[in-house]
Amino acid sequence: MTRYFTQDHEWIEVEGDTATVGITDYAQSQLGDIVFVEVPGEGAAVTKGDEAAVVESVKAASDVYSPVSGTVIEGNPALEDDPALVNSAPEGDGWFFKLTIADAGELDGLMDGSAYKDFVAGL
Amino acid sequence: MRYLPLTDSDRAAMLSVIGAPDVDALFTDVAAEQYLKQPIEGLPAHASEMAVERHMRRLSNKNLAAGDAAFFCGAGAYRHHVPATVDHLIQRGEFLTAYTPYQPEIAQGTLQMLFEFQSQVARLYGCAVANASMYDGSTACWEAISMAGRVTKRNLAILHEGLHPHYVSTIRTMAKFTGDSIADRAPSLQADGGIGELIAEIEANEPSCVVVQYPDVLGRVYDLSPIAEAAHAKGALLIAVNTEPVALGALRSPGEMGADIVVGEGQSLGVGLQFGGPYLGLFAVRDPKHVRQMPGRLCGETVDAEGKRGFVLTLSTREQHIRREKATSNICTNSGLCALAFTIHLTLLGEAGLRALAAENHRLACVAADRLAKVPGVKVLNDSFFNEFTILLPTDARPVVRDLAHRNVLAGVSLGRLYPAEEQLSHGLVIAVTETASEEDIETLASALEESIR
Repeated sequence: MTRYFTQDHEWIEVEGDTATVGITDYAQSQLGDIVFVEVPGEGAAVTKGDEAAVVESVKAASDVYSPVSGTVIEGNPALEDDPALVNSAPEGDGWFFKLTIADAGELDGLMDGSAYKDFVAGL
Repeated sequence: MRYLPLTDSDRAAMLSVIGAPDVDALFTDVAAEQYLKQPIEGLPAHASEMAVERHMRRLSNKNLAAGDAAFFCGAGAYRHHVPATVDHLIQRGEFLTAYTPYQPEIAQGTLQMLFEFQSQVARLYGCAVANASMYDGSTACWEAISMAGRVTKRNLAILHEGLHPHYVSTIRTMAKFTGDSIADRAPSLQADGGIGELIAEIEANEPSCVVVQYPDVLGRVYDLSPIAEAAHAKGALLIAVNTEPVALGALRSPGEMGADIVVGEGQSLGVGLQFGGPYLGLFAVRDPKHVRQMPGRLCGETVDAEGKRGFVLTLSTREQHIRREKATSNICTNSGLCALAFTIHLTLLGEAGLRALAAENHRLACVAADRLAKVPGVKVLNDSFFNEFTILLPTDARPVVRDLAHRNVLAGVSLGRLYPAEEQLSHGLVIAVTETASEEDIETLASALEESIR
């Protein structure tokens, strides 16, 4: 299992040709209290860099972009009733969706954990 | 932020920063022929305050005001007595000029008012949650249909025949841009409102929602339970529409009867007729699970960093000021000041007061219905009503209404006016009787009607 990060503060954990996507702890801390998350449904096609989900806090609404292209296997059903999971466990139970990766080559150029840490430190 | 007019040098400085030669350059997407190059003909560039007042008074004297006649017009907007306290309180600077409630740090008063308003609407409607208000009843109705589409992933709305035709027009206007299918029909003149036919229509289709007005445009009142059951059996939502909130001081709430979304016009409480607006849209959902699909804004109770009770707007960031073209709703206007007036009026009434007000409205309407039934040639259509009912005249009602206006009686809203294309309805006249009508007014109406149709 390998975890990558994007400059838009998404994380993607890859296992074979499937992956789980969410937003980082830094992203949730910037958003504040999250009140609503809209995740893509099973079978939805997502494209690298395009909007795949929406996250709303009391002060802002943001699009979440898919780090890679692929087909959604599952949106996180727990977020409908408990969107605050994204605040409490952004890089765990607060995941957004799982997908089948269309082209593993799209993972090239994403950051690893330490590179992302440096990236955030420079913001 | 101070609100001071800009000087020419302020404007020049701003234009130079953004690199525009003049203000007109900011409006290049407006067709040139729409530009106002000259003063409007007949409109002086300047007039004294006294001269303007005099002119306006001359114009307003041409009107027959609701308060200067025996008044029985309703059909979606109602004349009620609004206590003087309401107008006084809403003009306090803390409310009238309060900064936008999006900043909870400085708007706790406004937010608390909205929270109270939501609580009142939810109780009145028999729902779990109400939002912080909408633009008006008709647009709230459209937003409910739009929400039902999001919830059910379907796009057919079945409208009951008793839905106000202006609401139907608003829905049709909006549906033009969304591709939703709208099934509507003009009212039948049946006392039972053709509910059996409505249920058959629900069963024969796969609707996203069924929209029923309660009481309806002709004043008819139905038990919504069987309609709710039929809708739910088909996986559809029942949207109940109320244009007269005072009725809910006497009638069972739509939420209690299984309506999933309840919307309506709140103008009756706190807001005057005001020549047709601004009014107040109300929007509530029975089941808390639908909260996240609601349009508009919700005010929620929370705690601040020190653990003290406070209020905050939530689920509002999906709306147009933030999400632009991706906003949940098309019309997410919040009628804050009208909502405040509604809340103050309802607070002054209290539960017992609202019940008493509703009882008085119904009593007077019964007096009027009984009296008008005695007018030769007049038939009362309804077998159920709250403070509004429909009578059938032996002739087209439109000229009768005009004739009565000359006798200082504003007799109601003719169906010919509401449904100009439906000849079979032209004899109908919708009569609203609120606490502002005296029994003497009712007698004036009846005898004027007798003379007019003789």
